[in-house]
Amino acid sequence: MRLELERRPEQSRLMLFLSPVMAIAITVLVGALVFAVAGINPLRGLYVYFLSPFERMWSIQELMVKAAPLIIIALGLALCFQASVWNIGAEGQYTLGAIFGGYIALTFADGPAYVVLPAMMLAGMVGGLLWAGIPAVLKTVFRANEILTSLMLTYVALLVLDYLVRGPWRDPMGFAFPETAIFTAAATLPELTADGRLHLGVVFALALVVVFALALPTTLRGFEIRVAGNAPKAARFAGFGLSATILFVFLASGALAGLAGIAEVSGTVHQLLPTISPGYGFTAIIVAFLGRLNPVGILVAGLVLSLSYIGGELAQMRLGLPLDVAMVFQGILLFSLLACDTLIYYRVRLVGRQRVAERGDVA
Amino acid sequence: MWLEPILMTIIVASTPLMLAAIGELVVERSGVLNLGIEGMMIMGAVCAFAVAMTTDNGFFGVVAGMLAGMAMAAIFGSLVLGLATNQVATGLALTLFGLGLSGVIGESYVGESRSGLPRLDIPGLSDLPVIGRVLFGQDALVYLSFAIVAGVAFFLYRTRAGLALRACGDNHDSAHSIGYPVLRIRFLAVLFGGACAGLAGAFMSLSYTPLWIKEMTAGRGWIALALVVFASWMPWRVALGAYLFGAITILQFHGQAWGLGIPAQVMTALPYLATIVVLVIISSERARARANTPLCLGKPFVAER
Amino acid sequence: MKKVFVAAAAAFALSAAAASADDPIRAGFVYVGPIGDHGWTYQHNAGRLAVEEAFGDKVETSYVEDVSEGPDAERVIRQMAEDGHDIVFTTSFGFMNPTARVAERFPDVKFEHATGYRRADNLATYDARFYEGRYIIGQIAAQMSESGILGYVASYPIPEVVSGINSYMLGAQSIDPDIEIRIIWVNSWYDPGREADAATALIDQGADVLSQHTDSPAALQVAQERGVYAFGQASDMIRFAPDRQLTAIVDDWSDYYIERVQAVMDGTWESGVVWGGLDSGMVVMAPYTNMPDEVAEMAAETEESIRSGEFHPFTGPIYNQAGEEVIGEGEVLSDEQIHSMDWYVQGIEDTLPN
Repeated sequence: MRLELERRPEQSRLMLFLSPVMAIAITVLVGALVFAVAGINPLRGLYVYFLSPFERMWSIQELMVKAAPLIIIALGLALCFQASVWNIGAEGQYTLGAIFGGYIALTFADGPAYVVLPAMMLAGMVGGLLWAGIPAVLKTVFRANEILTSLMLTYVALLVLDYLVRGPWRDPMGFAFPETAIFTAAATLPELTADGRLHLGVVFALALVVVFALALPTTLRGFEIRVAGNAPKAARFAGFGLSATILFVFLASGALAGLAGIAEVSGTVHQLLPTISPGYGFTAIIVAFLGRLNPVGILVAGLVLSLSYIGGELAQMRLGLPLDVAMVFQGILLFSLLACDTLIYYRVRLVGRQRVAERGDVA
Repeated sequence: MWLEPILMTIIVASTPLMLAAIGELVVERSGVLNLGIEGMMIMGAVCAFAVAMTTDNGFFGVVAGMLAGMAMAAIFGSLVLGLATNQVATGLALTLFGLGLSGVIGESYVGESRSGLPRLDIPGLSDLPVIGRVLFGQDALVYLSFAIVAGVAFFLYRTRAGLALRACGDNHDSAHSIGYPVLRIRFLAVLFGGACAGLAGAFMSLSYTPLWIKEMTAGRGWIALALVVFASWMPWRVALGAYLFGAITILQFHGQAWGLGIPAQVMTALPYLATIVVLVIISSERARARANTPLCLGKPFVAER
Repeated sequence: MKKVFVAAAAAFALSAAAASADDPIRAGFVYVGPIGDHGWTYQHNAGRLAVEEAFGDKVETSYVEDVSEGPDAERVIRQMAEDGHDIVFTTSFGFMNPTARVAERFPDVKFEHATGYRRADNLATYDARFYEGRYIIGQIAAQMSESGILGYVASYPIPEVVSGINSYMLGAQSIDPDIEIRIIWVNSWYDPGREADAATALIDQGADVLSQHTDSPAALQVAQERGVYAFGQASDMIRFAPDRQLTAIVDDWSDYYIERVQAVMDGTWESGVVWGGLDSGMVVMAPYTNMPDEVAEMAAETEESIRSGEFHPFTGPIYNQAGEEVIGEGEVLSDEQIHSMDWYVQGIEDTLPN
């Protein structure tokens, strides 16, 4: 017996809705099993993992706060991936965004917020854009593959931040600890509620989803990106430059990752530290593909990933579920989400047993 | 003699990178992009250590590490080939899964120590000055890593099966139309990649640092991924890349110990920067690099009927 | 939206009111690494287990491991407070500002932050004087070294690590004024492969005694294999180098955690600074092994004189790298000077980032 796939003539409308339902069903089953094996009441386990993050307003805000950088970065990465550009260095671009924006925050700490904040965001985007520009230029000019260059530059970016925070940018009042001064109010993205950490960066994420959802399918640029990804030769034939497209998607995704970086630093961390990201740049790659490179899909996928992390924290805290088990569960959750996605594009058939059944041996 | 010990260290630092990268090279040559190397490696490390501790036998440990890598690869292969799931996302999920599962398996082995794998000294030759121990005094996995690279080079360019594998990576539709079983070939390639990543993990936990602690592979799977690109998908260049990266890592440590006065962050960044620079230089031979790039990399294959 | 919020707040108030005097004290721990790191976090978790052991049913503990020092920390710490923990320990420097922000929001919950400097009425800080142990192992190292070159595998140049190196060097210089030290920064707390590589490089450059300020036992294994001496870090690592570990500087948080949880139970908890050394039991020297008796006796004597307060490792005259006198004869560096140390003593050939 084995599985065989058959491409559907067009996406299955039914499966478009049924696939997430199936993924949830599988997740619930697997989750119950994992909890049972770990010696935890499955119902309570599922409740704590998936529902308790919604118990309180502040914690719902946390879901959005954690999802925002993932969504912003993934929107940019989706551009790259559609054009078959393998930018896996968003973590580095995020970091440079935080560094450039952080420079403005530290240098013009006393300026008026309506100047400093926009300048920070702009600088963050420029930082990410420039860092993404390196692999982009190396690819278009020297044909150096971006998987290597963008990844290696991520490590370099983290070391640059590390150097600045431990050296020249260290808070003079901070007893030689590796941290910059805390950003002034003028350089802090305003929090939107009294109770939680919902900040303007979350609004950026939502606004960008809307812009991308509306603009991408209708603009010439959006069309060029898709053609460049699917048929690079055709793209060249049609007269628009492949290099220009590569540069565009790289720089755009770098700018977005940079924006995510400075928004996160200004909105939640409020200073530069050696560690400013729990791997957002890498997780966003999952978000981009889980969201099928589609803006609305990315919004949903970002929230799902965010929930899976926060749920994991709560399961550790309230149920004593080891982080390792939570990660295994998270892996299985992603596997099942990805597998169910297949049903939208393909019909799955069991070959072998089916033939046996046709012969009437099983009845 | 100062050169010999430095060379010995470089070999140790480079071997896990080379093992993992040569496996991934075969996977990518068949048209599949597996970003789950780190997950397969860490599972190889923990299973190798656990079995070696339990049986008190390093060989069984190595085999267990290899099998663990293959088991992880089988999960990946079933999803991306059987169900045509997205390769990049599935690979990243595999890494998460592997990091978690390795922690569960390894929990009771934290704090245990064992001595490294035995060195295979070749009588006479191992006693030669400088190159003696470097070339003829390593443990079996180091020799194996070179044997695998040589084997892969031979396989890819000198055998019909290798031709078939490359055909799947370059154009799966035409490979299918001339009758190659594309999915089966790719699945076998993915398993081979898992075996190599598992071996790399086993080398980490049995030879490099014979112990188990969580996340001990510390991102080497990612470096291996980059090295395949560095090599432009050519087997011997994987060895070159791994040794370049390993050598600069070790040499920058020596530079620090000499007290050169350069910030540690700059020294630490050197291997990353050096690989970029060298890649840019070798990428200028356009034709060759392009001829080796698997054109169907990352694209799912489903037979049309 | 407002309605949901009010309802949630009411529910929270109810659950808080429901807590009665008989309920166990709840202690939460936020860890920066995995508890399986066999180093820093492993030892903090051992302290948590000791609390459970000591109080049984009267206490409930919980933890979250591998919490990133960036944006995630504040959420995890707040969740601890929201979930009704009475006392929350946050065990990494990077958790300082998030802990302070949450502490402001929850005046009734006690917070304890390891290694930081921000305090409030409900936020105390605690740390260990690891440099005390470093002085002792510096003396041992100088006695045991034949090459006169010591190797040091370091993580990041923060004051704790720098003061450790200085103390180690002062201890070594007290035995052999011409002793040399080679330092390699691996830029990681925790990467056994790199730690082993650094240890090997140090040995290859002539070092015959290794010390480390990173978490894994990898350097000890290298020492065992290469036949040089080494010191364990954070926990007793004798199993990794049975013939080569001289001693280890062990972090022991158990007594402190038990004491602070007890204080919450008794209602006597107060904010403050605790910087415990050998005398408090926070810093413990593992048995002196693999060395001649007279070296072990000397080490034990130094340990005793530091414990009793008779001797302070940072006693003048101390000169910096430029040869300037930092403090004169008989003076002692203040806690603040040690806690923010960003300079090397004379005799160290290495450069700190500035």
